[in-house]
Amino acid sequence: MKQPVYLDYQATTPLDKRVLDEMMPFFSEKFGNPHSSTHAFGWETDAAIDVAREKVANVISAQPEEIIFLSGATEANNLVIKGVMDVWGKKKPHLVTVATEHKCVLEAAYYCQRLGYNLTVLPVNTEGMIDLEQLEKVVTEQTALVSIMAVNNEIGVIQPMKDIGKIVKAAGALLHTDAAQAYGKIGLDVDDMAIDFMSISGHKVYGPKGVGALYKRAGRHTALTPQMSGGGQERGLRSGTQAPALVVGLGVAAEISHSEMGQEQGRLAKMADRFVSKLSKDLPGLVLNGSGKKRWSGNINLSFPGIDGDLLVSSVRNLAVSSGAACASAVSGPSYVLEAIGVSETNAKSSLRIGIGRFTTDEELDFAADELVTAINALGGLKA
Amino acid sequence: MKNKVYLDYNATSPIRPSVIEAVTTAMSVVGNPSSVHAAGRSAKATIEEARSKVAALVGSRPRDVMFCGGGTEANNTVINGAGASSLIVSGIEHDSVLAAAKVAGIPVYTVQTNVDGIVDLGQLEALLKEAPEPALVSVMMANNEMGVIQPVHKIRNLTKSYNARFHTDAIQAAGKINIDMPSLGADYLTLSSHKIGGPQGLGVVILAPTAPLKPLVVGGGQELGRRSGTENVAGIAGFGVAAYEALVGLAGAKAMSDMRDDLEQRIRAISNEAVIVGEGAKRLPNTSCIAMPGVKGETQVMHFDLAGICLSSGSACSSGKVKVSHVLSSMGYTDELAESSIRVSLGYDSKPSDVDAFVAAWKALYERVSKKA
Repeated sequence: MKQPVYLDYQATTPLDKRVLDEMMPFFSEKFGNPHSSTHAFGWETDAAIDVAREKVANVISAQPEEIIFLSGATEANNLVIKGVMDVWGKKKPHLVTVATEHKCVLEAAYYCQRLGYNLTVLPVNTEGMIDLEQLEKVVTEQTALVSIMAVNNEIGVIQPMKDIGKIVKAAGALLHTDAAQAYGKIGLDVDDMAIDFMSISGHKVYGPKGVGALYKRAGRHTALTPQMSGGGQERGLRSGTQAPALVVGLGVAAEISHSEMGQEQGRLAKMADRFVSKLSKDLPGLVLNGSGKKRWSGNINLSFPGIDGDLLVSSVRNLAVSSGAACASAVSGPSYVLEAIGVSETNAKSSLRIGIGRFTTDEELDFAADELVTAINALGGLKA
Repeated sequence: MKNKVYLDYNATSPIRPSVIEAVTTAMSVVGNPSSVHAAGRSAKATIEEARSKVAALVGSRPRDVMFCGGGTEANNTVINGAGASSLIVSGIEHDSVLAAAKVAGIPVYTVQTNVDGIVDLGQLEALLKEAPEPALVSVMMANNEMGVIQPVHKIRNLTKSYNARFHTDAIQAAGKINIDMPSLGADYLTLSSHKIGGPQGLGVVILAPTAPLKPLVVGGGQELGRRSGTENVAGIAGFGVAAYEALVGLAGAKAMSDMRDDLEQRIRAISNEAVIVGEGAKRLPNTSCIAMPGVKGETQVMHFDLAGICLSSGSACSSGKVKVSHVLSSMGYTDELAESSIRVSLGYDSKPSDVDAFVAAWKALYERVSKKA
């Protein structure tokens, strides 16, 4: 067993060896600019990008031409939120999102608010779920866009996208979902769930960093203003030379995740259960944050009452775990997501996110449980 | 495609073997650079090391280097984020500057070039007097289609005396000519990784210590809040190595321009009609834009492709479109001549035998069409 044990799969996932193998030729002999339409080097990489487009689309039952490649989910979220409000905001100045969204969605939404658009930030209940009745009330014919993430990055809860889709569609608004943590992990169907835009990240599904995709439903009603102008790549929605190696990597990562989804879900659910039961036996006071049922098994967010999370992280040096979102981890102070689900400040400060995934083993989790119990006892044990 | 002759380095450069090694090594290491655990800190260290190398290529401070998703994004970020009230761009800028300027929502003025492709400084000064302050002037250091190098120091002096900010797109210049950001004094300089032998999908904005920059992409606050989104760690590691190699490779610039000059002389020896665009100006050592009057660029490109030679009839970004190069039009060439030009661009891996192959293929085509005429 390699140490430190990597248990931070929400921050980023290791690159799957099978993905790297497919990427390698595009770093060396297949180096062409996919936009070079005058010679074979360009045709070759252009064709590879089209194959990847199809693979990425298949996972969510979309059409290949509805996939736009870009540099990551943050860029995708920015593009949808700012781009849709720019096109539709004059007619429909209202934007809806949720308090527990990723920071880049919230920041982009606040940016729109500063431009003068109306913003509603929906709260969540103690399970981390949004209230569908409240959503129905808030979304009106004035609403251009509703942005709700499928799986939360900090607490792993899964929002009912199908029900949300029905409500948003009935009101005539567009639905965007940040699926950075959900894509390739849970079943997503853009038609069944009436999703108009979906943000996808490469490095959260065992693909490379620096690449992502945006699903954009075909049609004029989903028009958005591009953030990047230039050579007109990606049908004019995202200029800039595509990175064939990264795009190919995302395609292969998507394909693998798709074909192994069911198996992986089962394996992770069993491992997570075993880990949490083992820990609770030794630490009866621990709390699992977020819904116990509607959650992605790879995310285990725990509070250890009475323990300082930062102290805990620094006393389990053999575990790569995090006390919250990676982007926020350099900033001290309790997580806004835990605050939104009503976790007390002391419990929020005592929380730890344990992220497991494709390469995690039971052996590693047993080791992690032992390390945590030892460290917590050394810090004085849990206080109810 | 081993036996093909690649003469399209300005579209994209083959990745250097040392870069592939750095990327592969970094790919096999897990860790989000924003995470505070050991895996995250090691990813962060990889990025910072690369940042120093990229900074060294242009002589700036590492903290003034902002990584992003490519040259196009870098240019868009500067055009939109400099806080300017008006824009002055040259007519020969890359599409990523021109198109971004068009939709920036502030007045845009275009400064033309002379027939050698050099920006008209008199017109620039007149525009600086007219444009609402503060203006942002964007003139590329060297052009992608014909390689002409702009008098960026003179442009900087002009912009300084009119309180304007100055951006130079150095994407094609990097690794081919010496760049020194402090002595140049530009406010913004942009670079792209895949034009210097690094991986695709990466660019940088290099800022003067005093230059403001509003982010284009907001979120987790990476890159000092200037560009959110998890960094492409492996790509950045490769970019760093490519920057280092590009800096070292500057020593070979003379050999490269000799090879290019040899190519042009041999074309001249075949035909008096051939026009070498921008010949009268200082140019990048690797680029040659050659017109064969009366023969369409696309026809020529097809001919070369059949002969196993890859080159383009303009920039790669416009090569899919059937339109005349805006660069050559801006220099005052007729549509007819602009349509008959091709671009040859050499790189670190080019050999004299590549030049031989090109000259032979050019000669064969020229003789065939002259016979017909």
